[in-house]
Formats: sequence, structure tokens, C-alpha cells
Amino acid sequence: MAKPKVVEHFRDVQEELARSGAAIFRDKDAVESLILDDPYSIRYIHSYAEDSPFFLALAEKKILGSRCTNPKCRFVFATPRSHCMTCGGATQWLELPPRGRVHSWTTCHFGSEAFLKETPYNLAMVEFEGANSLLLTRLKDAVESDLYVGMPVEARFAETPRYRITDLWFVPART
Amino acid sequence: MVTGGVTKFAKAHPSMDFRLMVQRAYEYALKGIPNLTKDRIDGTRISYFSDHFSRQLKAASMVQDYLGMNPKGSVRIEWGGATGGECFQAAYEAVASGRMDVCLAAGYETMSRVATWKGNEFIALASDTNFDFPLGGFYTGYYALMVVRHIYEYLRLGKFGHVKDEREAQRLAIAEGQRIMSWVSVKNHRNALHNPYAQYPKPVTVDDVLASEMISFPLTRDQICTMSDGAAVAVLCDESRAREFTDRPVRIVGVGCGTDTMRLADRPFGKVPLHPHEKASDYQNLPYPGVHSFRAGRAAGIEAYRMAGIHDPRKELDFIELHDAYASSEIQTYEDLGLCKYGEGYDFTLSGAPFLKNIDYGLDVPEAGKIPVNPSGGLIACGHPVGATGLMQGVFAFWQLQGTIRRHFGDGTLQIKDARRGAIHSHAGTGSSVTVSILERGW
Repeated sequence: MAKPKVVEHFRDVQEELARSGAAIFRDKDAVESLILDDPYSIRYIHSYAEDSPFFLALAEKKILGSRCTNPKCRFVFATPRSHCMTCGGATQWLELPPRGRVHSWTTCHFGSEAFLKETPYNLAMVEFEGANSLLLTRLKDAVESDLYVGMPVEARFAETPRYRITDLWFVPART
Repeated sequence: MVTGGVTKFAKAHPSMDFRLMVQRAYEYALKGIPNLTKDRIDGTRISYFSDHFSRQLKAASMVQDYLGMNPKGSVRIEWGGATGGECFQAAYEAVASGRMDVCLAAGYETMSRVATWKGNEFIALASDTNFDFPLGGFYTGYYALMVVRHIYEYLRLGKFGHVKDEREAQRLAIAEGQRIMSWVSVKNHRNALHNPYAQYPKPVTVDDVLASEMISFPLTRDQICTMSDGAAVAVLCDESRAREFTDRPVRIVGVGCGTDTMRLADRPFGKVPLHPHEKASDYQNLPYPGVHSFRAGRAAGIEAYRMAGIHDPRKELDFIELHDAYASSEIQTYEDLGLCKYGEGYDFTLSGAPFLKNIDYGLDVPEAGKIPVNPSGGLIACGHPVGATGLMQGVFAFWQLQGTIRRHFGDGTLQIKDARRGAIHSHAGTGSSVTVSILERGW
């Protein structure tokens, strides 16, 4: 490798790394730092473990929540947990209705690197009849100015499951 | 607390790695205190948030090593965005328990080693990776979800409660919320014009803040803190030794910590835990915390106030340095910490109470100086190198209480006259953990 090029603006470092794989950054005090392009990727063996039934059910176009089995509690989680956060009891699976209402929402115009190419996208927290907690989801087929708290929404499921939370999304309910 | 030091927070310090940054802050802290030498320090607590940013695991050991602290005892502290605040309290506990006489708390983050949007991804990995992250995990998005509901609860159902058309009422409420959040941004950016450690001081106006890029509706770029490189240290010791090091020690009179669910979706709708100056009837129909408020912040405040013997923080604190990663969370935190009731955060902002009296904000702030919040400029203007941030707040609070802002900043504008007692507040992802520490003059 040739001696790296000297760069005097930090914002230009990334471009130089992409071009040649290395750069020398010279700061305003003329201190020089050698900087390398250094990619890093990891293959994880990601187990959904006790959350697995939820992700398998998405392929059957069902949303599973969970309900505490303690008769004095019966807390219903729209995002399932296998143990209750209120009383500590075990929960059982429970199918949620495929429709609900927007509890809160946002439109992301930027995002993490992994999702930047999908911007703008809407996130919404959905409340369901009969559930005590919420579910975070993508809200599609709607733009920022369409969205409001209380908006009725209904579920959509991927035709070809990828066994990710993105197999489920919501759209404005057809009235 | 007997001394502290901070590096300037910057977008990038490519010529210093994390060890040298901490060394610089440590040298600053020890400067001018001949009695405080390395051999007087019994051990350390070292904080950084993410192994991903440095791609160096067990990096705290390398800080310990670089400072020449081996073989003294040390622990690495990590608690998301509250990492620095936890580190401060861990050092406090090391001394209060009698395990150490003198403890060094040191924290840093080097976030410039990845591009900004990759950095956002690393931060978003501090959300549930089954249910939340894969949806487009992005912390600004999570805080936007929270403030949209906060605006609904308190502006739609409050100030705009009379508007019959639901969509119109929500539109008006959000516009008002955006305007008031911009006041917080103006305050913090303009305070920082007098703080040489701050990353982004600027004389912005409300219109500038509103016109800055939309990141996640309704939050604009100027309402959000940035990625930073930086380090901060604080030296804590027991009371009998404090005067060997300084004639102006600061006493830590209260510590508190609270937590909440990692997933926003799991937050309950229950009752408000009350501060001593509040009544249950204040909040009869408020489902709490929902996604609109930080129960962890309230729990941390209650614990810290109780320990410090504070009954009404509005009257018994002279200033607060709080975790304003977002302008929205500063307003939400006013309420958590009892500076006003839940629902009053927007009006509290407009009253000017959290502003400084002697700075021109270009805004009408009749109650300025009542209880200054983030006189340093906060995270929004100072930057947020996560593992250093809570300690930075500790150092700024320490200098306020000592009355030495002018000496350290080269500008006395931000010095709060006769500040006797202040609070620092450190906060992790969507309020999943929060610390509050109360500091007061110890001489």
C-alpha cells in the first residue's frame, strides 16, 4: 500500500478510506493520526427462544400476545412475555385481534444505517381491545399527515415469512 | 467530590484514543492539588457504554492500565445512556461503604470511529432485538413516539381540549409542542456559547430550530444531541480527607436510581408515584407512565430527594444539569423531577424558569433564573459521549457549587450566584434506567 494521503478535514476521512483504505488525518495543531478502513461483520446464531411461538405464528397470519395465568392478575401483554412483569406469574399464549388503534406514532426521516434506505417510514404503537400493553409496529400505506392518535389500524402479514417482526405491519383500517 | 476534569467534547478526536482522552481529563483534575497524587487514590470506577464503538472489549482495563492504576481495584460500569451517572454513584458507593477512602470515577466514549448512522444503529441495539430493533430501530424514533403521546396527553387534552375536530386539535397541539421544544434548544445552545467545553454552541432562534432537518417527526436536528468523543473524571473521597485536597469540597447528599421496561410497549398505565409536594388528586385520570413519561426518572428523583431531605425541589435546588438527549426529554424530565406537575412542562418552559437571567435568548422569559436547567448547555449543545456524559454533569455541577465556573470556562456568564445545592440527572434509552444525584457545598 502506498503511503496514505494526508487529509485535513475530518469529514473527508471516510471518503478517503473508501477510496484507498487508509488516510493520515492532520489536525489544526498539525498532529498526524494514521487511520485505516476496517470492516467488521458478525454472523449471529440468533435464537428467539421463549419468544419463538410469536414469530412462528406470524407465518399463520396470527398475532400472539400473552396472558398472565395468575387468576388474581390476568395481565394481557400485546408484546408477549413468558413471565408477567406485574406479579411474576407464568403467562400463556393468547391470539390478539388483527385490528387496533394508534396509541402513538412517528415518521422516521432518518434511521440507523440498516434502515436508512427505507426512510421515510412510520412507526406506531398499537393498542388492542382487551390488552393491557402495546405493540410497536410499522404503519404503511399512510404518510405523516395522515397519522393521528386513535387512528384505527389493521394488521397485514408477509406472504412469504422471513420470521422477523417485519412479517407483521399495520395499515389504516378500511371503514 | 474534591475535583474533576473534562476534555472538550468534539465530533471527533482522531489524535487521541480513549486512554489518552481519560488521561487528559485526569491530568486536568489533579492540576493544582499537590496533595492529590496517584498513591492517594485507592481504586477506580470506569465507564463506557458500548464495546461496539471502540471495538475493544475490556477497554476499561486499558484505561486503568494507561493511568498507571494497577494493581488497585477497578470495575467497569455500563448502564446505557446513564452510564456516566451510574459511574458517579458507583464511586460514591465505594467511598460511602468504607471500601475506599479516595475513588477515581472516569468515563469516556469514542463515537467517531463509525459513521453517524452506524452509530445510531449501535445505540438502537440497546433496544429489544427481537421486537423493536428490526422495525427500524432508531432512538430518535422512540423518543418521537414518546413525545407525540406526551403532546397528546397534555396539549391535545389540555390547552387544545376545546378544539372539536380531533385531527385539527392534534395538529395544533403538535405544532405548539414543536415550538416549545425549540425554546429548550435555544436555551441550551445559547448557554453553551459561554462554555468552552461544548461541542455545538450556537446563537439559534426558535425559527432556526424548527427549520433544521426533520429527523423523526416531530423532532428536528437542533432538538437532538449529537455523537461525540470525550472523557470526564471526578475524584470522590470521604469527608475527613476532603479538606486535604481542597478548601471547597462538594458533598454528595443524595443518590437515586430508577428503572423501567426495556420495551416502550410494555410500560404500564398505573398511578403516579408522588413527590412530597404533590397530591394524589393532582393526577386522578392520568394513566402513568404509559409511553409519555419516565417512571425511572421519577423513582430516581424520589429516592435522591428523600435521602437529601428535599421536600420541594422547586425551592431547594439552585440548578439542575439533566439529560436532554432530546428537547422533548428535557421537558418530560422537568415533570419527573417535580419542577412542575405532570402536564405543566410546556408552560414551565414558557415561563422562563429554567433559563438563565443574564443571557439574551431573544425570548420573553419573565421567570428566568428561578431554577436554571442545563446552564452548561446540556447534551444538546455540549455533546453526548455516553460514558463521559453523566460525569461531565458532575464536574460542571461541582464547579458551579465551588463558584469556579469563571476559572474553568474563562467566562463567568454561566456561574449561578451563590449556588448551594444542585442536581445531576443521567438517563438511559427511553428512560429504562435513570440516576439522580444531589450535590451541595461542603464547606
